[in-house]
Amino acid sequence: MTGGWLVGTVVETRTETPSGRSLVIDVPGWTGNIAGQHVDVRLTAPDGYQATRSYSLASADDSTRVQLAVDRLPDGEVSPYLVDGVEIGDQLELRGPLGGWFVWRPTETRPVQLIAGGSGVVPLVAMLRARAVAGTTAPMRLLYSVRTPGDRFFADELETLDGIDYAYTRQVPDGFARPPGRVTPEDLARLTIPASENPAVFVCGPTGFVETVARALVDLGHDPLQVKTERFGGA
Amino acid sequence: MTQPLDGNALAGTFSELFRFDMTVTEGECRHCNDVTVLARALVYPDPTGFVMRCCSCDEVLLTILVTEKRTWLDLSGIAGLRIPQP
Amino acid sequence: MAIFTRGFTGRSREADPDLPPGQYLADDFPVLSAGPTPKLDRADWTFSVQTETGGVKWTWDEFMELGAEDVHTDIHCVTRWSKLGTTWRGIPLDAVFDAVETEREFVMQYSYGGYTTNVPLEDLLDGKAWIAFEYEGELLAPEHGGPARLIVPHLYFWKSAKWIRGLVMQEQDEPGFWEQNGYHLYGDPWREQRYW
Repeated sequence: MTGGWLVGTVVETRTETPSGRSLVIDVPGWTGNIAGQHVDVRLTAPDGYQATRSYSLASADDSTRVQLAVDRLPDGEVSPYLVDGVEIGDQLELRGPLGGWFVWRPTETRPVQLIAGGSGVVPLVAMLRARAVAGTTAPMRLLYSVRTPGDRFFADELETLDGIDYAYTRQVPDGFARPPGRVTPEDLARLTIPASENPAVFVCGPTGFVETVARALVDLGHDPLQVKTERFGGA
Repeated sequence: MTQPLDGNALAGTFSELFRFDMTVTEGECRHCNDVTVLARALVYPDPTGFVMRCCSCDEVLLTILVTEKRTWLDLSGIAGLRIPQP
Repeated sequence: MAIFTRGFTGRSREADPDLPPGQYLADDFPVLSAGPTPKLDRADWTFSVQTETGGVKWTWDEFMELGAEDVHTDIHCVTRWSKLGTTWRGIPLDAVFDAVETEREFVMQYSYGGYTTNVPLEDLLDGKAWIAFEYEGELLAPEHGGPARLIVPHLYFWKSAKWIRGLVMQEQDEPGFWEQNGYHLYGDPWREQRYW
Protein backbone atom coordinates (compact mmCIF):
# COMPACT_ATOMS: atom_id res chain seq x y z
CA MET A 1 0.00 0.00 0.00
CA THR A 2 1.85 3.07 -1.23
CA GLY A 3 0.55 6.55 -0.54
CA GLY A 4 -2.79 5.25 0.63
CA TRP A 5 -3.56 3.24 -2.54
CA LEU A 6 -4.96 -0.25 -2.12
CA VAL A 7 -5.14 -2.86 -4.84
CA GLY A 8 -8.54 -4.49 -5.34
CA THR A 9 -9.71 -7.30 -7.59
CA VAL A 10 -12.95 -7.09 -9.55
CA VAL A 11 -15.08 -10.04 -8.43
CA GLU A 12 -18.44 -9.17 -9.93
CA THR A 13 -19.73 -7.02 -12.76
CA ARG A 14 -23.35 -6.32 -13.60
CA THR A 15 -24.89 -4.32 -16.38
CA GLU A 16 -27.23 -1.78 -14.81
CA THR A 17 -28.29 0.36 -17.76
CA PRO A 18 -27.42 0.68 -21.46
CA SER A 19 -24.52 2.92 -20.46
CA GLY A 20 -23.86 1.81 -16.92
CA ARG A 21 -22.36 -1.02 -14.97
CA SER A 22 -21.83 -1.83 -11.31
CA LEU A 23 -18.64 -3.47 -10.08
CA VAL A 24 -17.92 -5.34 -6.88
CA ILE A 25 -14.27 -5.10 -5.95
CA ASP A 26 -12.55 -7.12 -3.24
CA VAL A 27 -10.01 -4.89 -1.50
CA PRO A 28 -7.75 -6.55 1.07
CA GLY A 29 -7.01 -4.02 3.77
CA TRP A 30 -10.29 -2.15 3.33
CA THR A 31 -11.55 -0.97 6.71
CA GLY A 32 -15.14 -0.15 5.79
CA ASN A 33 -16.96 3.04 4.96
CA ILE A 34 -19.95 5.16 5.95
CA ALA A 35 -22.85 5.52 3.53
CA GLY A 36 -22.17 8.41 1.14
CA GLN A 37 -18.41 8.13 0.97
CA HIS A 38 -16.45 7.61 -2.21
CA VAL A 39 -13.19 6.18 -3.50
CA ASP A 40 -10.66 7.44 -5.99
CA VAL A 41 -9.85 4.87 -8.66
CA ARG A 42 -6.47 5.18 -10.38
CA LEU A 43 -5.68 3.57 -13.72
CA THR A 44 -2.15 3.25 -15.14
CA ALA A 45 -1.49 2.75 -18.85
CA PRO A 46 1.51 0.76 -20.13
CA ASP A 47 3.51 3.96 -20.72
CA GLY A 48 2.94 5.07 -17.16
CA TYR A 49 0.16 7.56 -17.94
CA GLN A 50 -2.27 7.73 -15.04
CA ALA A 51 -5.85 8.83 -14.74
CA THR A 52 -7.72 9.13 -11.45
CA ARG A 53 -11.46 9.55 -10.95
CA SER A 54 -13.80 9.54 -7.97
CA TYR A 55 -16.70 7.09 -7.64
CA SER A 56 -19.25 6.93 -4.88
CA LEU A 57 -19.73 3.63 -3.12
CA ALA A 58 -23.08 1.87 -3.24
CA SER A 59 -21.94 -0.31 -0.35
CA ALA A 60 -21.55 0.71 3.28
CA ASP A 61 -20.52 -2.21 5.39
CA ASP A 62 -17.45 -3.64 7.07
CA SER A 63 -16.60 -6.30 4.55
CA THR A 64 -13.61 -6.00 2.23
CA ARG A 65 -15.93 -5.90 -0.77
CA VAL A 66 -16.98 -2.53 -2.10
CA GLN A 67 -19.48 -1.82 -4.83
CA LEU A 68 -19.47 1.13 -7.14
CA ALA A 69 -21.35 2.00 -10.31
CA VAL A 70 -20.12 3.83 -13.38
CA ASP A 71 -21.99 5.60 -16.15
CA ARG A 72 -20.17 5.69 -19.49
CA LEU A 73 -19.73 9.31 -20.54
CA PRO A 74 -19.53 9.95 -24.29
CA ASP A 75 -16.19 11.77 -24.20
CA GLY A 76 -14.96 9.96 -21.13
CA GLU A 77 -11.49 8.62 -20.62
CA VAL A 78 -11.97 6.39 -17.58
CA SER A 79 -15.69 5.60 -17.62
CA PRO A 80 -15.64 3.74 -20.98
CA TYR A 81 -12.89 1.52 -19.62
CA LEU A 82 -14.72 0.76 -16.37
CA VAL A 83 -18.02 0.10 -18.13
CA ASP A 84 -16.83 -1.80 -21.21
CA GLY A 85 -13.25 -2.91 -20.59
CA VAL A 86 -12.88 -4.14 -17.04
CA GLU A 87 -13.26 -7.91 -16.51
CA ILE A 88 -13.59 -10.14 -13.48
CA GLY A 89 -10.12 -10.76 -12.13
CA ASP A 90 -8.77 -7.37 -13.16
CA GLN A 91 -6.99 -5.32 -10.54
CA LEU A 92 -7.72 -1.67 -9.83
CA GLU A 93 -6.05 0.77 -7.47
CA LEU A 94 -8.39 2.43 -4.99
CA ARG A 95 -7.97 5.10 -2.34
CA GLY A 96 -10.49 5.64 0.41
CA PRO A 97 -12.91 5.87 1.99
CA LEU A 98 -13.03 9.58 1.24
CA GLY A 99 -15.33 12.41 2.24
CA GLY A 100 -16.87 12.77 5.67
CA TRP A 101 -19.48 15.41 4.88
CA PHE A 102 -21.93 13.91 2.41
CA VAL A 103 -22.64 10.93 4.68
CA TRP A 104 -25.55 9.40 6.58
CA ARG A 105 -24.94 7.65 9.84
CA PRO A 106 -27.50 5.28 11.40
CA THR A 107 -27.34 7.37 14.57
CA GLU A 108 -29.19 10.13 12.69
CA THR A 109 -32.76 10.22 13.97
CA ARG A 110 -34.24 12.83 11.64
CA PRO A 111 -36.24 11.90 8.57
CA VAL A 112 -34.10 11.81 5.44
CA GLN A 113 -34.93 12.94 1.91
CA LEU A 114 -32.65 11.68 -0.84
CA ILE A 115 -32.77 13.25 -4.30
CA ALA A 116 -30.80 11.71 -7.16
CA GLY A 117 -30.07 12.68 -10.75
CA GLY A 118 -28.83 9.82 -12.94
CA SER A 119 -25.80 8.04 -11.52
CA GLY A 120 -26.04 10.38 -8.52
CA VAL A 121 -28.23 7.67 -7.00
CA VAL A 122 -25.19 5.55 -6.09
CA PRO A 123 -24.22 7.10 -2.72
CA LEU A 124 -27.92 7.38 -1.87
CA VAL A 125 -28.35 3.64 -2.45
CA ALA A 126 -25.62 3.17 0.15
CA MET A 127 -27.70 5.23 2.56
CA LEU A 128 -30.82 3.17 1.86
CA ARG A 129 -28.85 -0.03 2.46
CA ALA A 130 -27.27 1.26 5.66
CA ARG A 131 -30.67 2.26 6.97
CA ALA A 132 -32.13 -1.18 6.20
CA VAL A 133 -29.31 -2.87 8.08
CA ALA A 134 -29.62 -0.52 11.04
CA GLY A 135 -33.39 -0.99 11.18
CA THR A 136 -33.97 2.73 11.69
CA THR A 137 -37.61 3.71 11.85
CA ALA A 138 -37.31 7.37 10.85
CA PRO A 139 -38.49 7.78 7.25
CA MET A 140 -36.04 7.79 4.37
CA ARG A 141 -37.43 8.70 0.97
CA LEU A 142 -35.78 8.85 -2.44
CA LEU A 143 -36.80 10.97 -5.40
CA TYR A 144 -34.92 9.53 -8.39
CA SER A 145 -34.72 11.57 -11.56
CA VAL A 146 -33.53 9.67 -14.60
CA ARG A 147 -34.20 9.64 -18.35
CA THR A 148 -36.20 6.41 -18.66
CA PRO A 149 -37.01 3.43 -16.44
CA GLY A 150 -34.25 1.50 -18.24
CA ASP A 151 -31.69 4.07 -17.10
CA ARG A 152 -32.14 3.38 -13.40
CA PHE A 153 -29.15 2.03 -11.51
CA PHE A 154 -29.99 -0.78 -9.05
CA ALA A 155 -33.52 -0.85 -10.44
CA ASP A 156 -34.43 -4.30 -9.08
CA GLU A 157 -33.18 -3.45 -5.63
CA LEU A 158 -35.06 -0.15 -5.55
CA GLU A 159 -38.27 -1.87 -6.64
CA THR A 160 -38.24 -3.82 -3.37
CA LEU A 161 -38.19 -0.66 -1.28
CA ASP A 162 -40.95 1.69 -0.18
CA GLY A 163 -40.62 5.43 -0.23
CA ILE A 164 -39.14 5.74 -3.72
CA ASP A 165 -40.56 8.15 -6.29
CA TYR A 166 -39.37 8.36 -9.86
CA ALA A 167 -39.26 11.43 -12.06
CA TYR A 168 -38.52 10.44 -15.64
CA THR A 169 -37.28 13.13 -17.95
CA ARG A 170 -37.69 11.47 -21.39
CA GLN A 171 -39.97 8.45 -21.33
CA VAL A 172 -42.37 7.04 -18.78
CA PRO A 173 -43.95 3.59 -18.28
CA ASP A 174 -47.55 3.09 -19.48
CA GLY A 175 -50.02 4.53 -17.06
CA PHE A 176 -47.41 6.48 -15.12
CA ALA A 177 -49.02 9.52 -13.54
CA ARG A 178 -46.21 12.04 -13.86
CA PRO A 179 -45.48 13.01 -17.50
CA PRO A 180 -41.85 13.09 -18.66
CA GLY A 181 -39.90 16.21 -17.78
CA ARG A 182 -37.24 17.62 -15.52
CA VAL A 183 -37.80 17.91 -11.79
CA THR A 184 -39.71 21.10 -10.98
CA PRO A 185 -40.33 22.92 -7.71
CA GLU A 186 -43.86 21.51 -7.85
CA ASP A 187 -42.48 17.98 -8.00
CA LEU A 188 -40.32 18.70 -4.98
CA ALA A 189 -43.24 20.18 -3.04
CA ARG A 190 -45.36 17.15 -3.84
CA LEU A 191 -42.86 14.32 -3.60
CA THR A 192 -40.37 15.23 -0.88
CA ILE A 193 -40.49 15.51 2.88
CA PRO A 194 -41.45 19.10 3.70
CA ALA A 195 -39.15 21.55 5.45
CA SER A 196 -41.52 21.63 8.41
CA GLU A 197 -40.42 18.09 9.32
CA ASN A 198 -36.78 19.21 9.45
CA PRO A 199 -35.39 16.45 7.25
CA ALA A 200 -31.75 15.90 6.44
CA VAL A 201 -31.61 16.28 2.66
CA PHE A 202 -29.02 14.77 0.32
CA VAL A 203 -28.91 15.78 -3.34
CA CYS A 204 -26.51 14.10 -5.74
CA GLY A 205 -26.06 14.25 -9.50
CA PRO A 206 -24.72 16.50 -12.25
CA THR A 207 -23.91 20.07 -11.24
CA GLY A 208 -26.84 21.64 -13.06
CA PHE A 209 -29.34 19.24 -11.48
CA VAL A 210 -27.90 19.72 -8.00
CA GLU A 211 -27.92 23.51 -8.24
CA THR A 212 -31.48 23.68 -9.55
CA VAL A 213 -32.83 21.27 -6.94
CA ALA A 214 -30.93 22.81 -4.03
CA ARG A 215 -32.14 26.29 -4.93
CA ALA A 216 -35.75 25.07 -5.21
CA LEU A 217 -35.52 23.33 -1.84
CA VAL A 218 -34.33 26.53 -0.19
CA ASP A 219 -37.23 28.36 -1.82
CA LEU A 220 -39.53 25.74 -0.27
CA GLY A 221 -38.21 26.66 3.14
CA HIS A 222 -35.40 24.18 3.73
CA ASP A 223 -32.40 25.49 5.64
CA PRO A 224 -29.53 25.59 3.13
CA LEU A 225 -27.22 24.01 5.68
CA GLN A 226 -29.54 21.00 5.98
CA VAL A 227 -29.36 20.37 2.24
CA LYS A 228 -26.16 18.49 1.52
CA THR A 229 -25.07 18.26 -2.09
CA GLU A 230 -22.54 16.27 -4.05
CA ARG A 231 -21.85 17.19 -7.65
CA PHE A 232 -20.82 14.58 -10.14
CA GLY A 233 -18.59 15.51 -13.02
CA GLY A 234 -16.33 14.33 -15.68
CA ALA A 235 -15.28 11.69 -17.66
CA MET B 1 -19.86 26.02 -19.74
CA THR B 2 -17.26 24.79 -17.31
CA GLN B 3 -19.34 23.06 -14.68
CA PRO B 4 -17.74 23.16 -11.28
CA LEU B 5 -17.61 20.25 -8.89
CA ASP B 6 -17.47 20.72 -5.14
CA GLY B 7 -14.98 20.21 -2.35
CA ASN B 8 -15.94 16.53 -2.10
CA ALA B 9 -14.01 16.04 -5.35
CA LEU B 10 -10.77 17.08 -3.66
CA ALA B 11 -11.08 14.65 -0.75
CA GLY B 12 -8.50 12.30 -2.24
CA THR B 13 -6.01 15.04 -3.09
CA PHE B 14 -6.45 16.54 0.36
CA SER B 15 -5.83 13.13 1.94
CA GLU B 16 -2.30 13.23 0.50
CA LEU B 17 -1.61 16.59 2.12
CA PHE B 18 -3.53 16.74 5.37
CA ARG B 19 -3.93 14.32 8.22
CA PHE B 20 -7.46 15.56 8.84
CA ASP B 21 -10.48 15.55 6.53
CA MET B 22 -10.46 18.94 4.81
CA THR B 23 -13.94 18.41 3.38
CA VAL B 24 -15.54 18.57 6.84
CA THR B 25 -13.22 21.38 7.90
CA GLU B 26 -14.73 24.84 7.89
CA GLY B 27 -12.89 27.56 6.06
CA GLU B 28 -13.34 31.30 6.39
CA CYS B 29 -13.19 33.14 3.09
CA ARG B 30 -10.68 35.96 3.25
CA HIS B 31 -12.68 38.04 0.81
CA CYS B 32 -16.26 37.85 2.16
CA ASN B 33 -15.70 36.19 5.55
CA ASP B 34 -18.27 33.48 4.83
CA VAL B 35 -17.56 30.35 6.86
CA THR B 36 -18.53 27.00 5.40
CA VAL B 37 -17.34 23.42 5.22
CA LEU B 38 -14.96 23.05 2.32
CA ALA B 39 -17.11 20.23 0.90
CA ARG B 40 -19.48 23.00 -0.20
CA ALA B 41 -16.87 25.13 -1.93
CA LEU B 42 -16.80 25.10 -5.71
CA VAL B 43 -13.96 23.28 -7.42
CA TYR B 44 -13.05 24.01 -11.00
CA PRO B 45 -11.71 20.95 -12.77
CA ASP B 46 -8.29 21.54 -14.21
CA PRO B 47 -6.00 18.54 -14.42
CA THR B 48 -2.81 20.09 -13.12
CA GLY B 49 -4.21 22.89 -11.06
CA PHE B 50 -7.22 22.75 -8.79
CA VAL B 51 -8.94 26.00 -7.92
CA MET B 52 -11.36 26.06 -5.01
CA ARG B 53 -13.71 29.04 -4.84
CA CYS B 54 -15.98 30.40 -2.17
CA CYS B 55 -19.59 29.31 -2.78
CA SER B 56 -20.74 32.70 -1.49
CA CYS B 57 -18.57 35.20 -3.36
CA ASP B 58 -16.71 33.08 -5.95
CA GLU B 59 -13.28 34.37 -4.96
CA VAL B 60 -10.40 31.90 -4.83
CA LEU B 61 -9.98 30.10 -1.51
CA LEU B 62 -7.07 27.90 -2.42
CA THR B 63 -5.15 26.44 -5.33
CA ILE B 64 -3.34 23.12 -5.59
CA LEU B 65 -0.85 22.39 -8.35
CA VAL B 66 0.66 18.91 -8.41
CA THR B 67 3.86 18.57 -10.38
CA GLU B 68 6.48 15.86 -10.49
CA LYS B 69 8.81 17.60 -8.10
CA ARG B 70 6.46 19.33 -5.70
CA THR B 71 2.89 20.18 -4.85
CA TRP B 72 2.13 23.89 -4.76
CA LEU B 73 -0.51 24.74 -2.18
CA ASP B 74 -1.72 28.33 -1.92
CA LEU B 75 -4.09 28.90 0.96
CA SER B 76 -4.04 32.70 0.85
CA GLY B 77 -7.77 32.95 0.13
CA ILE B 78 -8.56 31.26 3.42
CA ALA B 79 -8.49 33.45 6.51
CA GLY B 80 -8.64 30.48 8.83
CA LEU B 81 -9.56 26.82 9.15
CA ARG B 82 -11.74 25.29 11.86
CA ILE B 83 -10.84 21.63 12.13
CA PRO B 84 -13.27 19.37 14.04
CA GLN B 85 -11.68 17.31 16.79
CA PRO B 86 -11.34 13.66 15.74
CA MET C 1 4.90 1.76 -7.29
CA ALA C 2 1.56 1.81 -9.11
CA ILE C 3 0.28 -1.31 -10.79
CA PHE C 4 -0.54 -1.29 -14.49
CA THR C 5 -4.20 -1.56 -15.37
CA ARG C 6 -4.83 -4.30 -17.92
CA GLY C 7 -6.42 -2.94 -21.05
CA PHE C 8 -6.36 0.73 -20.10
CA THR C 9 -4.73 3.13 -22.50
CA GLY C 10 -6.47 6.43 -21.81
CA ARG C 11 -7.07 9.09 -24.42
CA SER C 12 -5.15 8.71 -27.62
CA ARG C 13 -1.65 10.01 -27.06
CA GLU C 14 -0.11 10.22 -30.48
CA ALA C 15 3.47 11.20 -30.65
CA ASP C 16 4.22 13.60 -33.46
CA PRO C 17 7.57 15.08 -34.44
CA ASP C 18 5.94 18.50 -34.82
CA LEU C 19 4.99 18.53 -31.16
CA PRO C 20 7.04 20.06 -28.37
CA PRO C 21 8.45 17.58 -25.83
CA GLY C 22 5.92 15.81 -23.63
CA GLN C 23 2.87 16.85 -25.66
CA TYR C 24 0.11 14.75 -27.23
CA LEU C 25 -2.21 15.53 -30.11
CA ALA C 26 -5.76 16.33 -29.03
CA ASP C 27 -8.71 15.63 -31.26
CA ASP C 28 -11.02 17.85 -29.28
CA PHE C 29 -10.61 21.19 -27.51
CA PRO C 30 -10.70 20.54 -23.78
CA VAL C 31 -12.22 23.28 -21.67
CA LEU C 32 -10.11 24.13 -18.66
CA SER C 33 -11.00 26.90 -16.36
CA ALA C 34 -10.02 28.30 -13.01
CA GLY C 35 -13.41 29.82 -12.50
CA PRO C 36 -16.91 30.42 -13.78
CA THR C 37 -17.50 31.58 -17.34
CA PRO C 38 -18.16 35.33 -17.32
CA LYS C 39 -21.29 36.53 -19.06
CA LEU C 40 -20.25 39.24 -21.46
CA ASP C 41 -22.10 41.22 -24.07
CA ARG C 42 -20.25 42.90 -26.91
CA ALA C 43 -22.28 46.02 -26.15
CA ASP C 44 -20.66 46.23 -22.71
CA TRP C 45 -17.24 44.89 -23.67
CA THR C 46 -14.20 47.14 -23.50
CA PHE C 47 -10.54 46.46 -23.90
CA SER C 48 -7.85 48.70 -22.44
CA VAL C 49 -4.11 49.00 -22.28
CA GLN C 50 -2.85 50.86 -19.23
CA THR C 51 0.56 52.46 -19.37
CA GLU C 52 2.76 54.47 -17.01
CA THR C 53 1.33 57.68 -18.43
CA GLY C 54 -2.29 56.77 -19.03
CA GLY C 55 -3.56 54.38 -21.58
CA VAL C 56 -6.08 53.62 -24.26
CA LYS C 57 -9.53 52.04 -24.11
CA TRP C 58 -11.67 50.67 -26.92
CA THR C 59 -15.28 49.61 -27.22
CA TRP C 60 -15.96 46.56 -29.38
CA ASP C 61 -16.70 48.54 -32.51
CA GLU C 62 -13.70 50.80 -32.01
CA PHE C 63 -11.50 47.79 -31.45
CA MET C 64 -12.66 46.09 -34.65
CA GLU C 65 -11.55 49.15 -36.60
CA LEU C 66 -7.94 48.25 -35.82
CA GLY C 67 -8.27 45.55 -38.45
CA ALA C 68 -8.61 41.80 -37.99
CA GLU C 69 -6.61 39.08 -39.70
CA ASP C 70 -6.78 35.32 -40.06
CA VAL C 71 -4.42 33.23 -37.99
CA HIS C 72 -3.34 29.63 -38.62
CA THR C 73 -1.33 28.18 -35.77
CA ASP C 74 -0.55 25.36 -33.34
CA ILE C 75 -1.45 25.59 -29.66
CA HIS C 76 0.11 23.77 -26.72
CA CYS C 77 -1.44 23.39 -23.30
CA VAL C 78 0.64 22.73 -20.21
CA THR C 79 -1.66 19.77 -19.45
CA ARG C 80 0.06 18.05 -22.41
CA TRP C 81 -2.49 18.29 -25.17
CA SER C 82 -1.67 20.15 -28.39
CA LYS C 83 -3.73 21.05 -31.40
CA LEU C 84 -2.03 21.61 -34.72
CA GLY C 85 -3.35 23.88 -37.45
CA THR C 86 -6.04 25.75 -35.53
CA THR C 87 -7.61 28.76 -37.20
CA TRP C 88 -8.59 32.01 -35.54
CA ARG C 89 -9.48 35.52 -36.51
CA GLY C 90 -8.33 38.45 -34.40
CA ILE C 91 -6.76 41.84 -34.02
CA PRO C 92 -2.96 41.63 -33.96
CA LEU C 93 -1.34 43.08 -30.85
CA ASP C 94 0.94 44.98 -33.22
CA ALA C 95 -2.08 47.08 -34.23
CA VAL C 96 -2.98 47.58 -30.57
CA PHE C 97 0.49 48.76 -29.63
CA ASP C 98 0.66 51.14 -32.59
CA ALA C 99 -1.81 53.20 -30.55
CA VAL C 100 0.08 52.87 -27.27
CA GLU C 101 3.15 54.65 -25.93
CA THR C 102 5.15 52.95 -23.25
CA GLU C 103 8.71 52.47 -22.09
CA ARG C 104 7.80 49.38 -20.06
CA GLU C 105 8.72 45.95 -21.32
CA PHE C 106 6.40 43.62 -19.45
CA VAL C 107 2.68 43.06 -19.57
CA MET C 108 0.07 41.66 -17.20
CA GLN C 109 -3.03 40.34 -18.96
CA TYR C 110 -6.32 40.75 -17.06
CA SER C 111 -9.43 38.73 -17.74
CA TYR C 112 -13.03 39.44 -16.90
CA GLY C 113 -13.45 37.17 -13.88
CA GLY C 114 -10.07 38.05 -12.37
CA TYR C 115 -7.57 35.72 -14.03
CA THR C 116 -4.15 37.20 -14.72
CA THR C 117 -1.07 36.04 -16.57
CA ASN C 118 2.18 37.84 -17.32
CA VAL C 119 4.13 38.03 -20.58
CA PRO C 120 7.06 40.10 -21.92
CA LEU C 121 5.88 42.77 -24.38
CA GLU C 122 8.20 41.51 -27.10
CA ASP C 123 6.35 38.18 -27.04
CA LEU C 124 3.16 39.98 -28.05
CA LEU C 125 4.66 41.88 -31.00
CA ASP C 126 5.96 41.12 -34.49
CA GLY C 127 3.10 38.88 -35.47
CA LYS C 128 3.22 36.71 -32.37
CA ALA C 129 -0.11 37.51 -30.67
CA TRP C 130 -3.74 38.46 -31.32
CA ILE C 131 -6.95 39.34 -29.56
CA ALA C 132 -9.05 36.61 -31.13
CA PHE C 133 -12.83 36.63 -31.48
CA GLU C 134 -13.38 33.79 -33.94
CA TYR C 135 -12.24 30.18 -33.75
CA GLU C 136 -12.54 27.75 -36.67
CA GLY C 137 -14.75 30.20 -38.55
CA GLU C 138 -17.28 30.69 -35.76
CA LEU C 139 -17.67 33.28 -33.05
CA LEU C 140 -15.50 32.32 -30.08
CA ALA C 141 -17.71 30.46 -27.60
CA PRO C 142 -17.88 31.74 -24.00
CA GLU C 143 -16.39 28.55 -22.56
CA HIS C 144 -13.38 29.03 -24.82
CA GLY C 145 -12.91 32.64 -23.82
CA GLY C 146 -15.46 34.48 -25.93
CA PRO C 147 -16.27 37.17 -26.87
CA ALA C 148 -12.50 37.73 -27.09
CA ARG C 149 -9.36 36.16 -25.74
CA LEU C 150 -5.71 36.83 -26.18
CA ILE C 151 -3.73 34.19 -28.03
CA VAL C 152 0.04 33.99 -27.91
CA PRO C 153 0.56 30.54 -29.45
CA HIS C 154 4.32 30.24 -29.12
CA LEU C 155 3.93 29.99 -25.33
CA TYR C 156 1.93 27.45 -23.32
CA PHE C 157 -1.73 28.26 -23.64
CA TRP C 158 -2.24 29.36 -20.02
CA LYS C 159 -0.45 32.52 -21.21
CA SER C 160 -3.38 33.21 -23.56
CA ALA C 161 -5.91 34.83 -21.26
CA LYS C 162 -9.56 34.05 -21.93
CA TRP C 163 -12.19 36.78 -21.59
CA ILE C 164 -9.48 39.38 -22.01
CA ARG C 165 -10.33 42.69 -20.41
CA GLY C 166 -7.07 44.57 -20.70
CA LEU C 167 -3.33 44.75 -20.42
CA VAL C 168 -1.33 46.63 -17.84
CA MET C 169 2.26 47.53 -18.60
CA GLN C 170 4.64 46.47 -15.87
CA GLU C 171 8.16 47.55 -15.01
CA GLN C 172 9.10 44.02 -14.08
CA ASP C 173 7.90 40.59 -15.09
CA GLU C 174 5.55 40.15 -12.12
CA PRO C 175 3.89 36.73 -11.94
CA GLY C 176 0.20 36.31 -12.66
CA PHE C 177 -2.31 33.86 -11.14
CA TRP C 178 -0.77 30.51 -12.02
CA GLU C 179 2.79 31.84 -12.14
CA GLN C 180 2.46 32.67 -8.45
CA ASN C 181 1.32 29.12 -7.84
CA GLY C 182 3.99 27.06 -9.53
CA TYR C 183 3.72 27.66 -13.26
CA HIS C 184 6.83 28.86 -15.09
CA LEU C 185 7.27 32.62 -15.48
CA TYR C 186 7.88 32.43 -19.26
CA GLY C 187 6.33 29.15 -20.48
CA ASP C 188 8.17 28.06 -23.65
CA PRO C 189 6.78 24.67 -24.74
CA TRP C 190 9.89 23.85 -26.76
CA ARG C 191 12.02 24.07 -23.65
CA GLU C 192 9.25 22.40 -21.64
CA GLN C 193 9.00 25.31 -19.22
CA ARG C 194 5.91 24.10 -17.38
CA TYR C 195 6.70 24.74 -13.73
CA TRP C 196 9.32 26.49 -11.62
